[in-house]
Amino acid sequence: MKFGIIQFPGSNCDQDVYHALADVLGQPVRYIWHKDTTLGDVDCVVVPGGFAYGDYLRTGAIARFSPAMKAVIDHAKAGGLVIGICNGFQILCEAHLLPGALIRNRGLKFICDHVHVRVETTDSPFTNACKKGQVLRMPIAHGEGSYFAEPKVIEQLKHDDRVLVRYCTKDGKLTDAANVNGSLDNIAGICNEGRNIFGLMPHPERASEELLGSDDGRLIFESILQGAAAYQ
Amino acid sequence: MKAKIVVMPKKTVLDPQGKTVKNALESMSFKGIKDVRVGKFIEVELAGGNKAALKKKIDKACHDLLSNPVIEEYSFEIR
Repeated sequence: MKFGIIQFPGSNCDQDVYHALADVLGQPVRYIWHKDTTLGDVDCVVVPGGFAYGDYLRTGAIARFSPAMKAVIDHAKAGGLVIGICNGFQILCEAHLLPGALIRNRGLKFICDHVHVRVETTDSPFTNACKKGQVLRMPIAHGEGSYFAEPKVIEQLKHDDRVLVRYCTKDGKLTDAANVNGSLDNIAGICNEGRNIFGLMPHPERASEELLGSDDGRLIFESILQGAAAYQ
Repeated sequence: MKAKIVVMPKKTVLDPQGKTVKNALESMSFKGIKDVRVGKFIEVELAGGNKAALKKKIDKACHDLLSNPVIEEYSFEIR
């Protein structure tokens, strides 16, 4: 599986994603500069975390218009795999590749901590290596990670089984306390109708090795490796 | 010629920043505040031209970039 990681001015998780994919999982990976108009030979695009364009105006608002994102949109519309992590999720929403938006955490504080998320469905190229209901421990690091969408959009997401992960307790319960940023319906990650685009706020690349405190995040990448073919 | 644009969070969106500002105003003994919402003011200085055409352009700019219609609403005037 050939991965391409977009680098915007202000991205800061690109190297962690590279390490997880190339060094830990042994996959071919390349960086894609935000000004590049083509992605190159890539199966799965990663839009990494950070503060693309300094989050100026709105997080992800300017990044979505970069030449590389135009190529990502074409790739996604053709059914190519895209995973947006944290700032990447924000950018995918601004680019309208995913519905809704990420707004300021309800407590207003930037939260940098390990959280638990529950896998709501294994029916996706990104969660098929997990078990339904499995709890994954991954870090979050964001000030604007609260998922918002109009009620009919939330209903559609639920109806289509497109909420892939929700914030939960370590025992897998969906409580308000576990929902540290105030996301609607404890939503931590969603996919599009075609199930080829995934956006999530937690960082699986920072939970791909035991050394970093958890390797649960590895399952997201392993899902892409083992199960993506079924969705192509 | 200037386009003066106001971008505000939609009423259906939680605005914790607004609530915090309200609390801060109340701690300054400012009474009788029902609500506070915090938005953005953007000024675009224009070289000039047909006002109707500019209105359309600014509206598109507001819809596509300057605001996120999922969570914000905007208004503007051109003078």
